Amino acid sequence: MELLSFGDTGWGDELFFATLMTIAVSIAAMVIGFVFALIFTPLKLSKNKTLNIIGNCYTTIIRGVPELLVIYLLFFGGTGAAMYVASIFGYDGYIEINAFITGALAIGIISGAYSTEVFRGAILSIDKGQFEASKVLGLKKNIQFYKVILPQMLRLSIPNLSNVWQITLKDTSLISVTGLVEIMRQSYIAAGSTRDPLFFYSVAAVLYLILTFLSMKIINKLEVRYNKGY
Amino acid sequence: MISIFPSLLNGAVITLKLLTSSMFFGLLIGLLFAILRINKNPIINKFAYGYSYFFRGTPLLVQLYLIYYGLANIEFLRNSFLWVIIREPYWCAIIAFSLNTGAYTSEILRSAFQTIKEGYIEAAQSLGVTKKITFYKIQIPIAIKQSLPAYGNEIILMLKGTSLASVITIMDLMGEARKVNVLTFKPFEAFITAGIIYLFLTFIIHNIVKYLEKKYGFQT
Repeated sequence: MELLSFGDTGWGDELFFATLMTIAVSIAAMVIGFVFALIFTPLKLSKNKTLNIIGNCYTTIIRGVPELLVIYLLFFGGTGAAMYVASIFGYDGYIEINAFITGALAIGIISGAYSTEVFRGAILSIDKGQFEASKVLGLKKNIQFYKVILPQMLRLSIPNLSNVWQITLKDTSLISVTGLVEIMRQSYIAAGSTRDPLFFYSVAAVLYLILTFLSMKIINKLEVRYNKGY
Repeated sequence: MISIFPSLLNGAVITLKLLTSSMFFGLLIGLLFAILRINKNPIINKFAYGYSYFFRGTPLLVQLYLIYYGLANIEFLRNSFLWVIIREPYWCAIIAFSLNTGAYTSEILRSAFQTIKEGYIEAAQSLGVTKKITFYKIQIPIAIKQSLPAYGNEIILMLKGTSLASVITIMDLMGEARKVNVLTFKPFEAFITAGIIYLFLTFIIHNIVKYLEKKYGFQT
């Protein structure tokens, strides 16, 4: 227990901030994922074949390759690509992209693929009459989407989005390989300097369990709240 | 690009070895815990629930580190015959992956057990079939058939999960790709080629499961 005390002698405060970092990366990744999902869901549902293929390629490829691969590709490839772009503009120095940004982007791309599938399923399960009724009422296309489809889609996708959130939360542990100090990295450092890996990885496991447990509770509340009218 | 292909294929063989052995042990563990989960005894039930909660609630990386770095910390284990197994990263990876996929498999099978229609069991009872035979000959086959689609997803998730073996020095497909990246400084070539191989493996697994579903699928 001494090892977990706050201050100079223990790892408590370090692990606490690492937990905050994990939460921050997960939320950032989830938001980035939403952006990707909102771009690719219409593509997947569109009647245009080319757009359809683009949407399908995104979800199939991202869900078919390991998460670690996406992270490595962005981490090692991203620096090279940024330096190449910079060299076109005449800057030849070394550029290092922030680990937080690469990590959140990589996990965001992954969670976006899962969110896309969730949104697609939710839209498909909205009653057809809703689309027809909004058309008959003469609503404009974008108002149809924002006022009729989107709210129902979000309500229907909460249960599955909670799964995506759990996956995203756990995937953030993989960013530790790029050096971002979140729970996993911090316990790796602590385990290395105290030579007590069993203890610190158990602490990491408990921290993740607490996070998943708390988020489950919050999501259940949300679900009840948004299902009130049904 | 062609020159790196053989080493990546060697890695892919290791990936497949890891996948098949952990899927095999995981299925056994999953079946065992699914049976424990539907047991009426609350202590056994809670124990099985705790197992699946722990392994589904923590990242695979934590489990892998706990087994690879953590277990070696226990004096007792280091002196026992088990040390032969847990000092090898390869076996540690298989233990971690099996336990992880076992937890997910137990959930898949449990929900399959619970959705079996009462009518089948009642029919068996009225035919005078014993409970044991009902379980082995009716409940288990139906549960396995019903859970095929979900289990197919689990195999693909595990295929992706085996890439974590590379962080504990196993030269699987991911490990080989990392080595190529370090040696040649060509991240795109290394990782995209590895990605294509992973996609190809996913594609094959997906189609095998689809075929099995068609052949043995269970219509209710």
